[in-house]
Amino acid sequence: MSTDTSLPVLTPNDFASDQDVRWCPGCGDYSILAQMKKILPSLGVPREKMVFVSGIGCSSRFPYYMNTYGIHSIHGRAPAVATGLKASRPDLTVWVITGDGDGLSIGGNHLMHAIRRNLDVNVVLFNNRIYGLTKGQYSPTSPLGKVTKSTPMGAIDNPLHPLSIAIGCEGTFVARSIDTNIKHLGMVLKRAAEHRGTSFIEVYQNCNVFNDGAFEYATDRETKADTTIELEHGKPLIFGKNRDKGIRLNGMNPEIVELGKGISEDDLLFHDEQAPEPSLAYLLSRMTYPEFPEPIGVFRAVDRPMYDELLNAQIAEAKKTRGEGDLNKLFRAGDTWVVE
Amino acid sequence: MATSTGVSARESKHASKPVVDLVAATVRFCGDSGDGMQLAGNQFTNTSALAGNDIATFPDFPAEIRAPRGTKAGVSGFQIHFAAKEIFTPGDQVDALVAMNPAALVTNLGDLVRGGILVVNKDAFDDKGLKQAGYEESPLEDRTLSAYQVFPVEITRLTRLAVEELGLGVKEADRCRNFYAMGLVFWLYDRSLEPTLRYIEAKFGKRPEVAEANRRALRAGYNYGETTEAFASQFRVHKAELAPGTYRNIMGNEATAYGLITASIRSKCELFLGSYPITPASDILHELSRHKNFNVRTFQAEDEIAAVTAAIGASFGGAMAVTTSSGPGIALKQEGIGLAVMTELPLLIINVQRGGPSTGLPTKTEQADLLQAVCGRNGECPVPVIAARSPADCFDVVQEAWRIATRYMTPVFVLSDGYIANGSEPWKIPDVKAMPPLEIKHPSPLTNGEEFHPYQRDERLARPWALPGTPGLMHRIGGLEKQDITGNVNYEPANHQHMVDLRARKVANIAQDIPPQVVSGPPRGKLLVLSWGGTYGACATAASEVQAQGGSVAHAHLRYLNPFPANLGEILHRYEKVLIPELNRGQLRLLVRGEFLVDAAGLNKVQGKPFSVFEVVDKINELLR
Repeated sequence: MSTDTSLPVLTPNDFASDQDVRWCPGCGDYSILAQMKKILPSLGVPREKMVFVSGIGCSSRFPYYMNTYGIHSIHGRAPAVATGLKASRPDLTVWVITGDGDGLSIGGNHLMHAIRRNLDVNVVLFNNRIYGLTKGQYSPTSPLGKVTKSTPMGAIDNPLHPLSIAIGCEGTFVARSIDTNIKHLGMVLKRAAEHRGTSFIEVYQNCNVFNDGAFEYATDRETKADTTIELEHGKPLIFGKNRDKGIRLNGMNPEIVELGKGISEDDLLFHDEQAPEPSLAYLLSRMTYPEFPEPIGVFRAVDRPMYDELLNAQIAEAKKTRGEGDLNKLFRAGDTWVVE
Repeated sequence: MATSTGVSARESKHASKPVVDLVAATVRFCGDSGDGMQLAGNQFTNTSALAGNDIATFPDFPAEIRAPRGTKAGVSGFQIHFAAKEIFTPGDQVDALVAMNPAALVTNLGDLVRGGILVVNKDAFDDKGLKQAGYEESPLEDRTLSAYQVFPVEITRLTRLAVEELGLGVKEADRCRNFYAMGLVFWLYDRSLEPTLRYIEAKFGKRPEVAEANRRALRAGYNYGETTEAFASQFRVHKAELAPGTYRNIMGNEATAYGLITASIRSKCELFLGSYPITPASDILHELSRHKNFNVRTFQAEDEIAAVTAAIGASFGGAMAVTTSSGPGIALKQEGIGLAVMTELPLLIINVQRGGPSTGLPTKTEQADLLQAVCGRNGECPVPVIAARSPADCFDVVQEAWRIATRYMTPVFVLSDGYIANGSEPWKIPDVKAMPPLEIKHPSPLTNGEEFHPYQRDERLARPWALPGTPGLMHRIGGLEKQDITGNVNYEPANHQHMVDLRARKVANIAQDIPPQVVSGPPRGKLLVLSWGGTYGACATAASEVQAQGGSVAHAHLRYLNPFPANLGEILHRYEKVLIPELNRGQLRLLVRGEFLVDAAGLNKVQGKPFSVFEVVDKINELLR
């Protein structure tokens, strides 16, 4: 039993703002909002200590629906806004809500630098592989050949893998979940919240208006056991409806093998989210449907010093070695002269 | 010879040569960008300041970090105007020019007054050096320099000789040449070597042989002036009559940084700087980064956009948020500044202007970002704009900007420029105890379930600055149009009209909260010179010169550019003509004409250089005719 009686017990509803939620009916965003509200009470952080920061796009309306502090900023810049906020207010719990266009296209630079700085914020990227708010142009995660309003003959830009980018940026917590897999999504959000450093979560999110079914392979009851693979730390990579398939390393490359017929669990690739080198996590991030089942879960969770902590440690260090700042001393530090 | 500090100002008492008293003098050191001319200029500046002169300086460096040695592109200069009276500009023309090579001579000679002193490093006038400067024949040999008092000195050879015993390599020995040149000029103007000897000890103390070499070169230059027949007399510029107090020399960017720290302390609001390196603003970032013990957080962002948006995030959290940059960087920040206008968060945007457009002239000065500051965003997006007029004025201007930002919950533009940022002048150190606090209020927690209204305004139309962490005040803000009072997203036509008008009125009302515009000179009459920013010195000096000659001209210098002081329109209409000198194509003139229907004339120059006093005087006289 908790000994802290100062914190009232909060429910998911306590995190709902008084604003009507205005996403399209059936949008995957509703589920992410619901799971967020569900896990927040378990963090033991009062609502006034939480800030949701977003950019522009459907996902970025998220802060308006949360009864916490929030900034709906400008396109792509949420990670930078969050950086200034968290660096100067390390006492706050800061979430960044972004999308595939906001986070990887116009705001790619900021996302990359927030992750490498390892600021203690949680970034949730809603990936629907389309521009929804602007009504259906292709996004940086749309597959080659994708026909949209702006690509009537098919997209010719090679898509990005969000998790490969996060890992390439030295991400310390990198995970993936799916809007409809609510238990898993809740688990991943909670783990992200508990991680110290930048947590990056990609959520497969269905845009039922402009890109319906983009992740059907991963959400359909009939196929999902074969098209996704749940990562668990220290466990072998096994998937399939009958859990009879696994991932084995063949040199530097993963391959799908069938269990039995001389292949046991011990031959499989074991997941190690704490591996100091990010190579394994990167390899997993490159496994894509239809060649492979797509991994969901925590790819990487390691410790590294955090920007906000280091910055504030330097302030403390400067005060310790040089004393609290004294304006008089500052002004008179160099040569001075007196006019009588 | 001992390594003690040796030579002192007293030496001049034994001077064997006559001393000529001057009211003011202007000296320029110029040479290759690797020749240490900025150091020479800074030392001469500090020494003159310590001697009690009023001073104004103008460093002028090339855009290239190190252009090929000896070329015109690589010439770096530093000009010091020092006087026994109050002065406001670094001087139109120089009385003494030190040119370390032919390229420096050819690019700077035009500014030397006829009959002026010209010291050249004779050793650099070899075939290669002359060719690089475009001389077919040595100007030391023909009659090119006959209008000047020329002193060809073998600076390279004599410096090497002075440091010979120390066993330095040729390269290291030659690095002492600027100290030799300094020593010579110090003798010429009867300046003490003490401050420079102290500097050498502080800077090179860990490398005793280098320190000693510099000391010897400095003294050798000084003694050259004293003992050779070449120089017939010394000059002396007495102390200026400045207001009593303790002074120091200060550069514009330094004053900006100090002003920010001071505002942070006065408002009990910790400073957060989001910045991306850019010439000529980077020194503010450098300076603030050194003062973390004042709870200063500096964030070198990944780009200009991150710099301003991080500052906005910090402002939301309750920090004193600042972003610094120059023209191209400001252009990138404008969408972010619009967000600060919409979210009504305090933020300082400091623009150290440089020549534009695009990358333009990074190391040269210009005033062409006024319209960018006043009008440079999408939508109806008013931002208060104030401008510093001199290096030391930056200290006051940034504090005033922070006062406005927090009283009105608005971003505020501070305009400086390359000329002010790198120039320096004596600064009377303020009495820290006498500085009033800058009061900032944050709303208290609401615990009784009462609703919080983030866009409920006070009598100044400012909304409350509610800080995350405060129970009961949870609210969401953003770039979408807000409903009045509640701050909820709202697209209703009448609300948008209302909010646009409110934001405009809030900024316009600041005119009631700033000092009325003052005018120096006749209160009405033929001509008013209206200036802003870094042209203050040239315009004030020009107006007072014409006044001294009996011309009817008044001068008003604007600190507040948006909104204008409440009495400005009335002032403008008291004069037959208005002249607006600007280092742009007439941006203030456009605003003044638009707002007051005054047919102001312009004096406009965009050459990367400040106005000379005579340029303004000539224009005033033309209009008075």
